Amino acid sequence: MSETKYETHEHDVLVIGAGGAGLRAAIEASSMGLSVGLICKSLLGKAHTVMAEGGVAAALGNVEPRDNWKVHFRDTMKGGRYLNQWRMAQLHAMEAPDRVNELEAWGALFDRTADGRILQRNFGGHKYPRLAHVGDRTGLEMIRTLQQHGIHTGMHVYMECTITRLLTEGDRVTGAFGYWRENGRFVVFHTKAIVMASGGIGRAFKINSNSWECTGDGQALAYLAGAELMDMEFMQFHPTGMVWPPSVRGTLITEGVRGEGGTLRNKAGKRIMFDYIPELYANETASTEEEADRWLRESTSGVTSKAKRTPDLLPRDIVARAIHTEVKAGRGSPHGGVFLDIATRRTAEDIKRKLPAMYHQFKELGDVDITKEPMEVGPTAHYTMGGIKVDPDTQGSRVKGLYAAGECAAGMHGSNRLGGNSLSDLLVFGRIAGLHAGKYAKEVQAKANDDAAIAEAAKEALAPFDREKGPNPFALHEDLMNQMQRYVGIMRNEGDLAAGLKELERMKEAQETIAVSGPRHYNAAWHESIDMRNMLIVSEAMARAAAARKESRGGHARDDFQEMDKEHWGKVNIVLRRGASGEMELEEVPLPPIPPEIKKVLEEE
Amino acid sequence: MADKAKLRVFRGNEEGGEFKEYEVETYTGMVVLDAIHEIQAKQAPDLGVRWNCKAGRCGSCSAEINGRPKLMCMTRMSHYPEGEPITVTPMRTFPIIKDLVTDVSFNFEMAKKIPPLAPREKEADGTWRMQQYDIDRIQEFRKCIECFLCQNVCHVLRDHDKKKSFAGPRFFIHLATLEMHPLDTIDRRPMMKEQFGLGLCNITKCCTEVCPEHIGITDNGIIPLKERVADDYYDPVRWLLSKFGGEKKKKRLPVVQEAKGAKPDAKKAEAKKGEASKVEAKKETGAGKAKTG
Repeated sequence: MSETKYETHEHDVLVIGAGGAGLRAAIEASSMGLSVGLICKSLLGKAHTVMAEGGVAAALGNVEPRDNWKVHFRDTMKGGRYLNQWRMAQLHAMEAPDRVNELEAWGALFDRTADGRILQRNFGGHKYPRLAHVGDRTGLEMIRTLQQHGIHTGMHVYMECTITRLLTEGDRVTGAFGYWRENGRFVVFHTKAIVMASGGIGRAFKINSNSWECTGDGQALAYLAGAELMDMEFMQFHPTGMVWPPSVRGTLITEGVRGEGGTLRNKAGKRIMFDYIPELYANETASTEEEADRWLRESTSGVTSKAKRTPDLLPRDIVARAIHTEVKAGRGSPHGGVFLDIATRRTAEDIKRKLPAMYHQFKELGDVDITKEPMEVGPTAHYTMGGIKVDPDTQGSRVKGLYAAGECAAGMHGSNRLGGNSLSDLLVFGRIAGLHAGKYAKEVQAKANDDAAIAEAAKEALAPFDREKGPNPFALHEDLMNQMQRYVGIMRNEGDLAAGLKELERMKEAQETIAVSGPRHYNAAWHESIDMRNMLIVSEAMARAAAARKESRGGHARDDFQEMDKEHWGKVNIVLRRGASGEMELEEVPLPPIPPEIKKVLEEE
Repeated sequence: MADKAKLRVFRGNEEGGEFKEYEVETYTGMVVLDAIHEIQAKQAPDLGVRWNCKAGRCGSCSAEINGRPKLMCMTRMSHYPEGEPITVTPMRTFPIIKDLVTDVSFNFEMAKKIPPLAPREKEADGTWRMQQYDIDRIQEFRKCIECFLCQNVCHVLRDHDKKKSFAGPRFFIHLATLEMHPLDTIDRRPMMKEQFGLGLCNITKCCTEVCPEHIGITDNGIIPLKERVADDYYDPVRWLLSKFGGEKKKKRLPVVQEAKGAKPDAKKAEAKKGEASKVEAKKETGAGKAKTG
């Protein structure tokens, strides 16, 4: 069991994570003629990107010619309540169309307009129909396209490999340490640059839409290696997760249902969203059902609609909190959600064609025919806006040679992400991170990994096997999910957050005493015990940042500070780093100033 | 209302193993993967199982449940008669790594052998125009979640172990996607015949039956491919046209013939007539497992 031998692999650029961002980064670095290693925690093509449903946002202007990067940029900044790094939001809006078109060259087949171009659909917070999509399986199309293109670019793919530590020398990365799931043996990568693209932390919450992989590995690994985390208090609860039966509680229902005309109703059958239109969105949101429906009809048929948008497509944080409020007020559905109705809005044929996976998912797992009955839906932990703090132009962290892209990086989405901006984020910043990691790798000489650090990493990884008795990692994980759901969930306050932090302290101690047994081959309990360390670090960062931010904004809502605070909190991001003695340090950092020409773009309408 | 269910789960590795029986409490809507997780959390923490999305999207949790190839996350416990144990075994066609986890690297190796899309020039306005009705049929193929249940159930792979000379239904679907892609400029028909063993498929439709995405693998993918290959090789009119350069051709890539002189396959006689010229692929080294590139 104490076997600490390891194999070594060497690359110019190592990409950790093989979802959309990781694959795109690896493709870019490979195209520079570099040796690239791509590490997947699962098999290739199974990363959480595969679950993305609704589409990829890009101002192609195929359905609404008035759309352009400026409108997309404005929508993104507004959706994030202006806490976004403006430069990232700008780059994203400008480059997304190229990234989407590029996918077509690599084999992606998006749904088409009548004149044969890429079709775009409406989504929450996007002024115009903007999401290129393939029914409700856009993420699958994207990951398969990148995968099928990527494997022919010369990159080396390492599957079912988990990284447990980044290796550093001074202030730069030299490699990474990990194990093969298959046999539990250790592996050391020696590299000049690393792109972290490991995704989110949804598995820290009881009700979530995420796969087992989403345990905040990248954020924790980067934090431990000296990088900073930012915006960790902002957690997106997607408004529409399944609530029944218990087996699938939290499983995602695409926003595309509402994009295709679906409406949210309470148990009295009343459309709820008209009661929850915030000031910020009042002048662009329909106030009557008639206007909302007219907008939907016109905007999807290529007519330039004068009507305002339906409130069912307000940004996710607003819709999630509306559902939360309805349920708390006793107006919810039988199993603690509200109703999402598409059956009375579209024909059965349309529903099956545009939302086949939703139809299938409810039929098989929920015994509900969505062409005949409404769905029951409620908020589910879905996406973290926070993550590794990066330079907007290069995606570089403050650790030299360490880059980050996608969900594990922070800044692009501010306090709330718009639907569809995630897939485009992966493509745009995956490419940028791969490019700059590649450039850096070309400039520097490789540096040796520190043997002592490798030995330390091996010891840490094997520690759970050395203990005779200790907590069960699965039970501890369950514990964490319950505490985070209860204390750091969709509605927060000072008392709850303090209680949550106390629970986290208790669980951190418990994590260090976990005991596992059995062989190292594909040992789920062992893997879980290592993932727990990462989840606890990231959970603590979320709770600390949430306790510090005394306002409600985007994916951070407090019932003791219900308003958005423009004076102070609207001007700062919260940054966390590991202090000299290992404690978590927190700092408020002013937002970078917006140049006048960009300010002008924001103010145009 | 705690009802209980019994599961018989294969525990072991490539050297062998046994069935172990577990009892779990059931609840509304419970799927087999929930039961496996229950066992893992409370009774057998080192139980090996692959899974990711638990919503039928990623195709990771493929197994054989009471002998039927299924995704564990989409198989309700309530589908099985109460009181009788539910038997869960790993996919049989692939070598066992541990418990329910199999070595599916064959598929990733095969994927690399298929030349990717080579699109034609864009239109003058910088876009590619494709009509929805032109891509409907390939969008069906692209629903594939790579669960490899079709590969698992295909008798050419399962019973005859032709992994060296036969791509299998998953990759015929991928080849069909490329073959029918409106933008593609490569003719892969010679490869389909010579390298990927399309002729070995005798359309028993087992793959179609188990596809969790309900893709018409045989009818919509494999049969049209077979027809196209047959037309290409045996249609006299086309042959004549091609002699006079009358037929617009896609670019033909040379067929890769691997490792000449390899040991002849003992079961070669089973191969259909016209397929006998196949040369065995070189034996993959064991160390390459779980890696491509």
